[in-house]
Amino acid sequence: MSRRFTPKVITANALLEGDVVWQTADDRWTRDIREAELIEDEAHADIRLLDASAQRNVVVGVYLADAKAGAEGPEPVHFREAFRTRGPSNYAHGKQVEV
Amino acid sequence: MYKYNDFDEAFVRERVEQFRGQVARRIDGSLTEDEFRPLRLMNGLYLQLHAYMLRVAIPYGTLNPSQMRQLAYIAERWDKGYGHFTTRQNIQYNWPKLEDVPDILSALADVEMHAIQTSGNTIRNVTADHFAGAAADEIEDPRPVAELLRQWSTDHPEFQFLPRKFKIAVTGSPNDRAVTRAHDIGLRMVRNDAGEPGFEVIVGGGLGRTPMVGKVIRGFLPKADLLPYVEAVVSVWNLLGRRDNKYKARIKITVHEHGLEEIQRLVEDRFAELRPAFGGVDQDLLTQIEAQFAQPHYVAKSTAAFDAARAANPAFRSWSDTNLAQHRTDGYAIVTVSIKKHGATPGDATADQMRVMADLAETYGHGELRISHEQNVILPHVHKSDLPAVYQALRAADLATANVGLISDIIACPGMDYCALATARSIPVAQEIATRFDELKLEHEVGPLKIKISGCINACGHHHVGHIGILGLDRAGVENYQITLGGDGTEDMVVGDKTGPGFAYDEITGAVERIVLAYLEVRTSAEETFLQAYRRVGIGPFKAALYEQGEEADAA
Ligand code: SF4
Repeated sequence: MSRRFTPKVITANALLEGDVVWQTADDRWTRDIREAELIEDEAHADIRLLDASAQRNVVVGVYLADAKAGAEGPEPVHFREAFRTRGPSNYAHGKQVEV
Repeated sequence: MYKYNDFDEAFVRERVEQFRGQVARRIDGSLTEDEFRPLRLMNGLYLQLHAYMLRVAIPYGTLNPSQMRQLAYIAERWDKGYGHFTTRQNIQYNWPKLEDVPDILSALADVEMHAIQTSGNTIRNVTADHFAGAAADEIEDPRPVAELLRQWSTDHPEFQFLPRKFKIAVTGSPNDRAVTRAHDIGLRMVRNDAGEPGFEVIVGGGLGRTPMVGKVIRGFLPKADLLPYVEAVVSVWNLLGRRDNKYKARIKITVHEHGLEEIQRLVEDRFAELRPAFGGVDQDLLTQIEAQFAQPHYVAKSTAAFDAARAANPAFRSWSDTNLAQHRTDGYAIVTVSIKKHGATPGDATADQMRVMADLAETYGHGELRISHEQNVILPHVHKSDLPAVYQALRAADLATANVGLISDIIACPGMDYCALATARSIPVAQEIATRFDELKLEHEVGPLKIKISGCINACGHHHVGHIGILGLDRAGVENYQITLGGDGTEDMVVGDKTGPGFAYDEITGAVERIVLAYLEVRTSAEETFLQAYRRVGIGPFKAALYEQGEEADAA
């Protein structure tokens, strides 16, 4: 038996601003992880990753990141992904003030 | 200071226009990211965790006031109003937008600056002693040689696709403030028996995953042989270097794998071939460059105002005790402006602060500024009678922290607050340690102590050579900080010893505090520095302070 698939979100950086973005179920890129599509199936994840990677003039560095379901939508699992939802800890810059 | 000639000017302008076209083609989709990435990296543009980051070269850490003002303008116009000075004497902007970068590069070109070769597998910005041209212990100003190396290495056709990046540091003083032993090539000026200046050439130093102390490959290299010899070293490594494995590609591994003697033999052979090709043009050029680094016109005047301010103002006295260094000229001092206010981000200066420093350099500092690898700003030539005024202006700009060389003068890389490669944060760790020791009011009693923090094994924060080094790691999905002790980045470079298991994010400040208190316990007197005490007593008492207390608590 293969290991159980950990739910994922698809994330990248926006080409123009470099800002962190996530893919939504309706094929948009959102700056708020809570709007992202939480992918719970490995085969679906592969297809969605291909879709996302094809949009190479909108985003850069597409990858799958572990996530979990939260009350308001997907939430990050790893601390690196958590920082990506907020911005730096030394200034009120980035998503913590912009989103 | 070096002034661009027509060639430099045309070259930099052309590169800006090329990059403008490349950015436009990336945005309209005619270039893919795979095609664009090497092009943007050649121009210092990285994609980091939250945004793009532009790394601008500050050659050998030297700036004039109009350059500093332009850096301030760029910070305000295209970024979030500040810049980050790095351990390689560069400045980084953390929030530029892709479309704006060509304009930023053009604004840099207006003041003879650029971001070329601040990334990629090329010869990077040559770093130098930040007290160059001012230090009392200096043999010669190393910056003309650094400028010669910059011109030689910029766009050098043989060295654009090296096995890995290549870093050169140069110092003109026997006391090494440029960490030359941690560079691919370190150049330390020495005199031979006849009293002539030349270089001790050090090769294969580096920090990162496999820290190595550089080895002397040539004890004395006449100044005139510098370029052909350095070219010989780079070209031998260019052929031998491991392109198959990026962790083994740096010259330190090449030297380690082939042995110093073999490398020495190959370099001397190559040098013998190359030397005749350098027919003296390089030396003519060096002479012209040297003329541009002439000493300023120093003035002789009374220092009574300085002595009076010291007597009258304890805060000024404290600042002048820690932030001044001895200048070679009577009546002058070297001022280190601390960019390490307690609780602030090490190395970050706002646009306003940059302008204040530029004004001070212009009014009182013979128009010179330096960036140190310790992420501070230097006014290298200030007459002592002007120091009270300089101090007042710095105070008004929140730049008068009296902590240079002390615990809170921490080097910290950007870590996981910005850097895409990071495994943990480093900035908030530095902020918390500095704040804690400020509360304890202990740092002046503790004396010289260098804390250096890196957010991953790449060691941009030089943690291996910190008296206390801190390395942030990801241990099973949590930030964990490994401590090393006894590192030393001077001419006697030593890589620090690991203490043992790491500490959690909320434990690391307490751990550092226990180390410092243990030092205060064991030192024979206030004269014995942390590093001296560590060398005398070894790691034992510090390990005990770090780990035994915890066990007792567990047992209780
Ligand atoms: S040490 Fe690591 S985390 Fe810090 S700046 Fe260098 S690469 Fe980034």
